[in-house]
Amino acid sequence: MSDPETGDTGENSEGDNEGDLQDNVGQRFGRLPATADDREVKGRASREEVVDFFAERFGIEASVFEGFTFWEKGKGKIWIFADEMPSPIRIEGLGMTVLRTRQEHWKPTHSAVERFGRHATKNVVDLTPEQAATFARGEDQDFPEWDGDWGYLIAAHELAGEREPIGVGLYVYDELRSTVPKGNQEALSVL
Amino acid sequence: MNPLERYASLVEDREAFFDACERPLPSVVRVNTIRSTPDRARQALDEEGVGYEEADWNPQLLRLDERGPGTSWPYFHGWLHGQEEVSALPAIALDPQPGEKVWDSCAAPGSKTTQLSAMMDDCGVVVGNDNNLGRLSALRHNAERLGVTNLVVTKQDGRNFSLKPFGFDEFDRAIVDAPCSCEGTIRKNPDTLDQWTLDHVHSVAAIQKGILSRAIQATKPGGTVVYSTCTFAPEENEAVVDHALETEDCEVVEFDNPLESRPGVAEWEGDEYDPSVEKTHRIYPHLNDTGGFYCAKLEVTA
Repeated sequence: MSDPETGDTGENSEGDNEGDLQDNVGQRFGRLPATADDREVKGRASREEVVDFFAERFGIEASVFEGFTFWEKGKGKIWIFADEMPSPIRIEGLGMTVLRTRQEHWKPTHSAVERFGRHATKNVVDLTPEQAATFARGEDQDFPEWDGDWGYLIAAHELAGEREPIGVGLYVYDELRSTVPKGNQEALSVL
Repeated sequence: MNPLERYASLVEDREAFFDACERPLPSVVRVNTIRSTPDRARQALDEEGVGYEEADWNPQLLRLDERGPGTSWPYFHGWLHGQEEVSALPAIALDPQPGEKVWDSCAAPGSKTTQLSAMMDDCGVVVGNDNNLGRLSALRHNAERLGVTNLVVTKQDGRNFSLKPFGFDEFDRAIVDAPCSCEGTIRKNPDTLDQWTLDHVHSVAAIQKGILSRAIQATKPGGTVVYSTCTFAPEENEAVVDHALETEDCEVVEFDNPLESRPGVAEWEGDEYDPSVEKTHRIYPHLNDTGGFYCAKLEVTA
């Protein structure tokens, strides 16, 4: 493999070996293909799959993501950007992280849920003030009242008269686990 | 000797100036309009019993009664961001519009950068650059927390910044909130002047000139460049603008400054600057009960 610094391998040299997918290069951002059929990098999710994921799991309409571009940097770490950029691009950051793919269950990021979670219509759990404070501290809690899907949910509470997402919860065995990142966890008042 | 004595001749009210420099700064937050509105943010603070006062010149800035900004629900949700009141000024002077391409040459830790994104409704592109990896990680964290999606983060030396990675070759606007001797942050960091030397002022001024020149070159004709520091030293302020006027295609333009300020000085310790630097703004701590600041708005002419 040639020097990854030169950028002359990977996604942008696609086409010579038909059928052969390129390896993901972790140090730069590569734009997601529109659909799985357009895929040029092994294991890379497509834009369609990402948008479908948010629609199917949380009922967030595809139109919410119109105008945004999606990118991968690092294996399976998906970023959302408000505009266009050439791909691949070697920079430190491009928009905001939204999703981790490349595991069996895709996991939306805390920031994605905070920013786009208010568009969700399903798999949202409304927490009481006590439960919300527990969740924001990053603590797991018994949650037998949920009889919906297992897996990643959006935990929300009411603030200033409206529903506001707090973060990503993992629901398993009657328990709601908080995945609020350590740097965002906070001991907050019970409102 | 207190280095601030140098500036006693520039402030009319010496005593008020030095008194203000002794007082700690109020804790101020900016409402992040990508995530909320001033109304909802205030309602959330009310629900939580956090006292605040709205800055009279900007409804998005709230002075908190007591505790720091980090322990309230609206802060947790990224509705609020701790930002010194006066440091909201350069973005306001720059006046970026949705859809534009804007360069923030010295972006970390990102208070101004994320303010630019919010002013642009998170549309278009803000390129936030810094040359320090640790500071860039703070920028990334803050942008992520505030839900900013139009930010490109780069790590380059601002003095010879390259636009090559992007699909465009000039910016609509640029902001140079330059590294400086930070004299104006004395209220936040009382020991900030312990390391003060005139040599440092001169060496940092050379860097400031380099970054401002690059910002002017990288901005389209008719575009806007804002230069700001949190220091009083004319060597780092008017002298830097004067250097840009001499070496680059630009001119100083007026802007509507909602804060009380004093005109830039056209003369300092035997040096004379282009008279148009009097259209730039010096902000002393006692004028608005803020930190000290300097802000100049330039238009690129060719």
